[in-house]
Amino acid sequence: MAEREAPRSDFQSLIITLQRYWADRGCVVLQPYDMEVGAGTFHPATTLRSLGPDEIWNVAYVQPSRRPTDGRYGNNPNRLQHYFQFQVLMKPSPIDSQELYLGSLRAIGLDPVEHDIRFVEDDWESPTLGAWGLGWEVWCDGMEVSQFTYFQQVGGIECDPVPLEITYGLERLAMYIQGVDSIFDLDWDGVPKDKGGKLYRDIFHQAEQEFSAHNFEAANAGTLLKHFEDAEAECASLLGRDQPLPLPAYDQCMKASHLFNLLEARGVISVTERQAYISRVRTLARDCCEAWVEAGANWKEREAARDA
Amino acid sequence: MPELLFELFSEEIPSRMQQNAATDLKRLVTGNLRSAGLNFEDAATHVTPCRLALVIDGLPARQAAIQEERRGPRADAPEKAIQGFLGSLGIARGQVEERQTPKGVFLFAVIERAGSETRTILPDILLEAVRELPWQKSMRWGRNDLRWVRPLHHVLAVFDGTALEGALELGGQTLDFTNETRGHRHLAPGKFAVSSFVDYQTKLRESFVVLDRAERTRIIIDGATALAKAVGLRLRKDPSLLDEVVGLIEWPVPLMGRIDNNFMEVPPESLVSAMRNHQKYFALETKDDALAPNFITVSNMVSEPKRDATIVAGNEKVLRARLSDAKFFWDQDRTKPLSSRVPDLAFITFYDRLGTLADKVARVEGLAEALASFVPHSAPDTVRLAAHLAKADLTTEMVGEFPELQGIMGRYYARHFGAPEEICTAIAEHYSPLGPADICPTAPTSVVVALADKIDTLVGFFAINERPTGSRDPFALRRAAFGVIRLVIENQLHFPLRTLLAQAYNNFAIDDALSRSETTTNLLEFLADRLKVHLREEGQRHDLISAVFALDDEGDLNRLIARVAALAAFLGSGDGQDLMVAYRRAANIVRIEEKKDQRRYDGPLDVALFEQFEEKHLHAALDAASSEIAPLIATDDFAASMSVLAELRQPMDTFFDQVKVNVTDAALRENRLRFLTSIVETMNQVADFSKVEG
Repeated sequence: MAEREAPRSDFQSLIITLQRYWADRGCVVLQPYDMEVGAGTFHPATTLRSLGPDEIWNVAYVQPSRRPTDGRYGNNPNRLQHYFQFQVLMKPSPIDSQELYLGSLRAIGLDPVEHDIRFVEDDWESPTLGAWGLGWEVWCDGMEVSQFTYFQQVGGIECDPVPLEITYGLERLAMYIQGVDSIFDLDWDGVPKDKGGKLYRDIFHQAEQEFSAHNFEAANAGTLLKHFEDAEAECASLLGRDQPLPLPAYDQCMKASHLFNLLEARGVISVTERQAYISRVRTLARDCCEAWVEAGANWKEREAARDA
Repeated sequence: MPELLFELFSEEIPSRMQQNAATDLKRLVTGNLRSAGLNFEDAATHVTPCRLALVIDGLPARQAAIQEERRGPRADAPEKAIQGFLGSLGIARGQVEERQTPKGVFLFAVIERAGSETRTILPDILLEAVRELPWQKSMRWGRNDLRWVRPLHHVLAVFDGTALEGALELGGQTLDFTNETRGHRHLAPGKFAVSSFVDYQTKLRESFVVLDRAERTRIIIDGATALAKAVGLRLRKDPSLLDEVVGLIEWPVPLMGRIDNNFMEVPPESLVSAMRNHQKYFALETKDDALAPNFITVSNMVSEPKRDATIVAGNEKVLRARLSDAKFFWDQDRTKPLSSRVPDLAFITFYDRLGTLADKVARVEGLAEALASFVPHSAPDTVRLAAHLAKADLTTEMVGEFPELQGIMGRYYARHFGAPEEICTAIAEHYSPLGPADICPTAPTSVVVALADKIDTLVGFFAINERPTGSRDPFALRRAAFGVIRLVIENQLHFPLRTLLAQAYNNFAIDDALSRSETTTNLLEFLADRLKVHLREEGQRHDLISAVFALDDEGDLNRLIARVAALAAFLGSGDGQDLMVAYRRAANIVRIEEKKDQRRYDGPLDVALFEQFEEKHLHAALDAASSEIAPLIATDDFAASMSVLAELRQPMDTFFDQVKVNVTDAALRENRLRFLTSIVETMNQVADFSKVEG
């Protein structure tokens, strides 16, 4: 096998290469979470596992992410309401975390010696998750290709040990590697067109049009609002049981968060209300994280008792 | 003399924190050295994205010997006590001396302790500095508990050529002191050993790191200037961007890229904001100061044609995406007239208890109209329309993306929809002046809207008692007050501030607000304070300011300033100085006698008791002066009232030469003391001369 052969640059190969790279470095490779989320961070494998009983937790996965307000009906070459993030979480953060990351760029064909790769201050904060961390956005020749964050708090709880989160913006990376100026021109599968090869446009353009119309015009604001309140109530009731169920409760939290994003896209949330909604979701996230940490502590105790 | 070299090698330190960190490291280490009695000749720091370094030259090899004196028991204390004292210090009876003290004769021992080797003290000194170094934002990583700005990787600590013995405990991981460091992250990542600062700096350069910040700055400026010149352009000065970029690279290589021509129709301010904020590019300009279709980016990689081309192409590609956004905003924003955006301001909160921006705009419109009658050449209708449109650009996409373009975009959009130029200018200028360096508007419409906007903000926050305290000024009220002051002074405006503040207050309807009079009084006091600060910064004597500083009922700032100037001129003249001497003499005599007699001397004068010509003469002069001054003060002719006072000088001088105040005749003495009081009071009508110093 020729080792110096350039890696395949089609979109799906990019994902496969990253999965292989991080699997080889000890990560559990998971599948996307089966719900609508705004970013890979929302996946319980990141949010909850940043906290809780695991002394070591290394994971990598691709996560389709939805940002309803970013929809442009498929007309903007750089903006989508549905896109893909590749997410890596390593807890505790490894000593050579930057080197590991640079290795992954090499793996997908961006050799740091052939480009100008920079770590530029960008502290990360998710008000809805009550989470924040310090780190950088990583620039390749002036383009932000990843977010690199040492989590300090999640759900308002101090992270100990501290996890490292790396989030790759896959479309942007692919556009750069393939040298195209529109997301929709990305080669998805590397198969020639006459053999049925697909571009990003062939797979997602109609969805961008339809979901933009849905998010901005068609979604029933009253129903969304009711669903938001249902999810909020359900989350609280799952946590209020004698035996709280943090994982199902967190599903409801994710739902509430996405419904809030939809409500915002529909333009029915005023600036003042916005803060109140964010704080409601944050409360859910915090309560889920607390219940998760507590459940983890109990689980650890049981394990210790069984071992003894 | 031995040299200490210390380097903390970490992951990338945010640019804006680097220089403070370097200063703090130097302060902490040199402070610790001094407390340990270690002198040095020179200390210097260096900082790059990945390293914080300190070099201290001319340290001694060991501490100076330390002499310590210990007091023992009394000389006549029991032998056991004396032996105990000697034993504890390990010395013999012959090595102590007896000394007389107020409490009797005691034994004293002077012990000399040899200083420790510097090499053995340094590790603790350095470690303490690391633990105490303050970061604006710090973090933990891995399983460690030490907080630092970003993960730390190596500690280089070399003294007199070799590594110090020591280790930094991170609370999980341990970093041993070494004599090794690394070069450029991508170009020379291997470790190498160094023995001195010169060696360190040389080897870093061989490893593609320019250690000296000033040198990196120079390379960027020279390189960028040359690139610009080669195509007949000029580098646009941007010191704060330069400061940031210098902290992002270890090996600066300026490169020039092109901006696609189809973006050049977008307002240049938007293009510059997009390039600067997101991409940290420098703008270039043509000979006639227009924005050129090129930019400078600074790469961190050694120049090499193929790589340079890749980097420039990549940056141009990113910029295209960025500028497409800006162009999209520009096109999108112009599909809707600025005036039709005003109602949307109802969806933006100005401040919780002070309503929405739509409320604010409505208030400012009314206030602007009222102000128009005090600002020459401003028309009520025009200022009202300008105030109406002033904030509308806050609902545009462009300002949403680049908040610093507020006002500026409003001007473009207003112009696009055909608004008169003075209104467009007022929209752009109404936030000014933003600071001492900012230009103060002079166009009448701009002046009115700028004043109305600031007065509304000040009155609103003062009404809900949100006043700046100490360094806390979250609503930038000091800046707003300073803006009002500059607008009033620089445009020579005279208006009754108190009335206008009251009018601004009436525009609000706030539950549980302070009363109108309380609000205006607090705010006038605040403005007077700010004016004082402003005058002091302008170099006026602070005592003169205090002497004339009480805002009159109306609150006319320019009148106050005229008084300070008149007083300064008066005291600079010979008459003024002499009169000041006489004033002090009068005031001092009264003060001393009042203190002595425990009573005031301030009743009416008995003219019949005047005996000498000199006091009669002075009395007549004082009477004349009083009646002359009253109308002058009323008409604000401060300089003229000073010249009236000047005429008192000669009669006062002869009075003090010829008249004895403290005579034995009690009635006569009292009358003369009262006379002195009335002199002081008459003069104080013009200014509080008791505050004048020197």
